[in-house]
Amino acid sequence: MEFWQNFDWMLLLRCFMVGGLICVIGQILIDKTKLTSARILVLFVTIGTILGGLGIYKYLVNFAGCGATVPLTGFGNNLAKGTIEAVKESGILGAFTGGLKASAGGIAAAVFFGYIASLISKPKMKKQ
Amino acid sequence: MDSPIDTNKSYQEYVNQKSPNSPILKNCINAFLIGGLICSIGQVIYSFCIYKGLDESSSSTVVSILLIALSAFLTGLNLFNKIGKIAGAGSLVPITGFANSIVAPAMEYKSEGYVMGVGAKMFTVAGPVLVYGISTAIIVGLVYLIFNTQVVLV
Repeated sequence: MEFWQNFDWMLLLRCFMVGGLICVIGQILIDKTKLTSARILVLFVTIGTILGGLGIYKYLVNFAGCGATVPLTGFGNNLAKGTIEAVKESGILGAFTGGLKASAGGIAAAVFFGYIASLISKPKMKKQ
Repeated sequence: MDSPIDTNKSYQEYVNQKSPNSPILKNCINAFLIGGLICSIGQVIYSFCIYKGLDESSSSTVVSILLIALSAFLTGLNLFNKIGKIAGAGSLVPITGFANSIVAPAMEYKSEGYVMGVGAKMFTVAGPVLVYGISTAIIVGLVYLIFNTQVVLV
């Protein structure tokens, strides 16, 4: 297939390494600090937003592609990137509209598929 | 007679003694492999979207939507928690963890009804994530507006 012939395998390797390492940071936080998973998620999104706002995170995205965008830091970066682009276009209004516009697809999908999945799920018996 | 768990400190020592040594290295390797794998699946989807002629931001959105849908249904089928037990942060930190954090409490509180059970509990974890993410993004936008330039440190 032509797609696989043009596929950038080095990018996939960098993606695997960087994505894996970001997860290792999370694992060390879980094991060493006993932070709950909710706090880890909040922490990663907030750090990603700050790094995106400082203009640092885009270098990681250029280097590792989805290795940087798929972890939740990438979600935060996307919020910051969308906000800055919208501020450039429409000033202060953009600060309030840009972030959600850029991440609307992910949030809407999470709500929609999350609802569907919980409807079809069978309530599991709690193991005593 | 003095009990071994009188103070916080001795309790902590007691816990450390009783709990098995958490195999941090093994956990990290698992998180690395599975986290890397999830990102790689995303990369293949992304490259395929680019190959099909989508622009970069649409391709990223497609990746997010597909990974979210996949992990939502895996959570619904009770398969995600089995992966999560091995992967730890490997399945939590990627966007799959965000989807899982929406579905898992929704399933758990299904018995409380579809509005205040499923509808409200969906956001037990996702709510804080959105609150802090969106608030930080707005601050980033306001700071950018004030200084009118993106602060670049490197």
